[in-house]
Amino acid sequence: MSSFLAPLGRGAERSEAERGDTHTMTTFTPATAADILSAVQWAAAEEAPLEIVGHGSKRAIGRPQQAEHTLDLSKLTGVTLYEPAELVLSARAGTPLAEIEKLLADNGQRFDFEPMDYGPLLGQVPGRGTIGGVLAANLAGPRRLKAGAARDHILGIHAVSGRGEAFKSGGRVVKNVTGYDLSKAMAGSWGTLAVATDVTFKVLPAAETETTLIVRGLLDDNAAAAMSIAMGSSAEVSSAAHLPERMAARVLDGKLGGDPATLLRVEGFGPSVAYRLGQLRQMLGNAGPLEEVAEDASRALWRDVRDVRPFVDGSDKPVWRVSMPPANAHHMVLALRMQAACDAFYDWQGGLVWLSMEGEPEADLLRGLIRQFGGGHATLVRATPAWRASVAVFEPQPAALAALSARLKAEFDPKAILNPGRMVHSPDSASLAAATEGAMP
Amino acid sequence: MSGILMPKPDAATLARRAEIVADMRIIVPGEGVVETINEMRAFESDGLTAYRQLPLVVVLPETVAQVSRLLKYCNERNIRVVPRGSGTSLSGGALPLEDAVLLVMSRFNRILEIDYPNRTVTAQPGVTNLGITTSVELDGFYYAPDPSSQIACSIGGNVAENSGGVHCLKYGLTANNVLGIEMVLMNGEVVRLGGKHLDAEGYDLLGVMTGSEGLLGVVTEVTVRILKKPETARALLIGFPSSEEGGQCVADIIGAGIIPGGMEMMDGPAIRAAEDFVHAGYPLESEALLIVELDGPAVEVDHLIGLVEAIANRNGATTCRISQSEQERLTFWAGRKAAFPAVGRISPDYYCMDGTIPRKELPRVLAGMRELSEQYGLGVANVFHAGDGNLHPLILYDANKPGELEKAEAFGADILRLCVKVGGVLTGEHGVGVEKRDLMPEMFNDIDLDQQMRVKCAFDPNHLLNPGKVFPQLRRCAELGRMHVHRGQVAFPDIPRF
Repeated sequence: MSSFLAPLGRGAERSEAERGDTHTMTTFTPATAADILSAVQWAAAEEAPLEIVGHGSKRAIGRPQQAEHTLDLSKLTGVTLYEPAELVLSARAGTPLAEIEKLLADNGQRFDFEPMDYGPLLGQVPGRGTIGGVLAANLAGPRRLKAGAARDHILGIHAVSGRGEAFKSGGRVVKNVTGYDLSKAMAGSWGTLAVATDVTFKVLPAAETETTLIVRGLLDDNAAAAMSIAMGSSAEVSSAAHLPERMAARVLDGKLGGDPATLLRVEGFGPSVAYRLGQLRQMLGNAGPLEEVAEDASRALWRDVRDVRPFVDGSDKPVWRVSMPPANAHHMVLALRMQAACDAFYDWQGGLVWLSMEGEPEADLLRGLIRQFGGGHATLVRATPAWRASVAVFEPQPAALAALSARLKAEFDPKAILNPGRMVHSPDSASLAAATEGAMP
Repeated sequence: MSGILMPKPDAATLARRAEIVADMRIIVPGEGVVETINEMRAFESDGLTAYRQLPLVVVLPETVAQVSRLLKYCNERNIRVVPRGSGTSLSGGALPLEDAVLLVMSRFNRILEIDYPNRTVTAQPGVTNLGITTSVELDGFYYAPDPSSQIACSIGGNVAENSGGVHCLKYGLTANNVLGIEMVLMNGEVVRLGGKHLDAEGYDLLGVMTGSEGLLGVVTEVTVRILKKPETARALLIGFPSSEEGGQCVADIIGAGIIPGGMEMMDGPAIRAAEDFVHAGYPLESEALLIVELDGPAVEVDHLIGLVEAIANRNGATTCRISQSEQERLTFWAGRKAAFPAVGRISPDYYCMDGTIPRKELPRVLAGMRELSEQYGLGVANVFHAGDGNLHPLILYDANKPGELEKAEAFGADILRLCVKVGGVLTGEHGVGVEKRDLMPEMFNDIDLDQQMRVKCAFDPNHLLNPGKVFPQLRRCAELGRMHVHRGQVAFPDIPRF
């Protein structure tokens, strides 16, 4: 059994499997940043690749890895600083996200970027995942349109690079331009540059109330127009999604019915929400029948959109996450439907398209259409290990950009010991070094 | 020039100046090369005027191909390059070097595309910050980050410095409002990061570039998110007997779940200087003045004004005025916006600092500043982006008095050390540049700085782009690249070796 599929050895400092085999698997479960440093220094000295894991809730995203050893951060827990009035929170990287979100909610605050939960889509229980994973995967949710992603709210980190060096970047204040923003470099790096040990995020007040206006019955192109009108207004819509026919029946336990539903979320103080809903009703009065869901039902609805509930079916059918110019996305989907059977729904006004493919992933077809309709990128977030090994899970980059990314990787992890091969097919350390030196003579 | 050491000029480059100038004329034909001393004077300094240096030659390209050819040429010949936008940096980010080509991007001044369905504007980097808003304001849109130099500063420079402004607590810094850029690397390669979509694939190089102070690449195109203008905005002008009460009021506003569009504080000396200058009706007896601006639909603004007024009164406000008209709102702001020139009237020169602190430390930092002020014998006035803890102390000095500039700089450095000591940082929005370069070790140890420099090595391994800025000491990338193997000193010695 490869380490990729092996269950985590918990409790013990290391668990050895297949004793006597040349490939001894070790799981490190350090409880301090100092032990993480030691583990990475050991791995760097031995050139022994490590898979970096929190709860493992997103472990099935990326190319299957060949790491022989596991660095399990789930014991490195605890909120180390929370000052609601300063709008900052620091925690050790293995702290459960659910625990932090509860602490914030108890204080009337939240992560404005609304980190999604990949668990259900990937066949796991919901509610798992660590704060370190939030940064490594640069998570976001439907409020991305207005509030950004994890990368927009990270203020500082402590981390250990693949060189086995412990460093910090950023700070614990909400406005800071001192030195290079290495915290952002970690966002979306999937543990391939450094192992974060502590993270500091900006937190914000939770909205007093929220209501979602739903326009029913729109085809994709009309929905795109409606969302564009709403987002271009001063109604301060914080999320805009479109669930085409049949997709709407797969959220809120089917309560919406199957007709297409275009969702516009309005959040804030009560009087303001009421006024802005009125504005939207006026703007979209002729678009189609209007409905409203408020408060907890609205929150549940957006949680279902956030966590890709329409495609949570227990299968491993290929699911793509496509990032595109919001108003262009429906053109791409229409063109794709002509050539491949798929289901689709839109978040971020169309800027995020979730696609579930009936058959093969059709990576080349999809990526070609994305280029044709305004650019962007596609990530194969769910697929069998075989597909993930043969198809580029993350969008391949043009040569100059790929070389730049490889040089950055080589600077932080010259021995390629951190999650090797997860984002791009792993070159060995020799060719990484060549990328560093060769590209700029 | 003040006492900061810049990289030693390369004698070989200086000796080849005529040849380099001739080659620049080939790369950028027409009037894009400036080489006489008189003409180059206009470029010898940026917004940090205490530092001046004539460049080797000034080049103003017009096309991306010219920028690419110029950088490739310089990279191959080991010639340094300093990029410059509008030259409004307050930290010396665009300070020329004697042996470096000054690459001025001001002819890249066109708006390329306005896309309302996607709410983006794509512009060349020399377009001013305000120029972006101007291009869309007739349709009711605007670009949110608004540094006070917005009438002059360029959007490319905003990317380089990750510029902020008074509205950034609610609407974010440049990094949160830029969707994509095109840039040229020192080796001449042109790469695009992001676009009109919301997140970039792969590593967040756009995040790394934003705020990299012109050391990683030259931005040649910028795509930003635009927003619909809020329906209305109103402001409260609130006076307090001390900064403690003012600070607590700010904390309580945020504690009530309110993130105002703008929240500015001024201390006693700044209040009095501003009032003398613009007569905005500021309460002269107050030691802390808060301007709270609320924006959005009228019904929301009215609702929040009621909440903020109650919070202010609970915190011992001695005056609280609410703007009843757009004219009055602008009057409230007039004093704050004129704070710098107002201070300029009471002192021959002033030196503007830019630290950020945890807001609760404000009284301690202001007290520390008063002590330092006595110690150095120089006055100080404070304006403060209160929502996000970004302090702008203005140190009053007279450059004509021998030694006073040096004294002001030492005073400023002590203020920044104090900011770091209470858990803050050296710069909230002005950048490190040359000004705060040698203070970087106050915040970062050698290993921290090495990691930042390794980013530099991935982009520009020969340290040719804007050297002498940000990093107190330049280490060769080959030296930084060496692995220090820790074998034998690790905590898991019993793990089987392969």
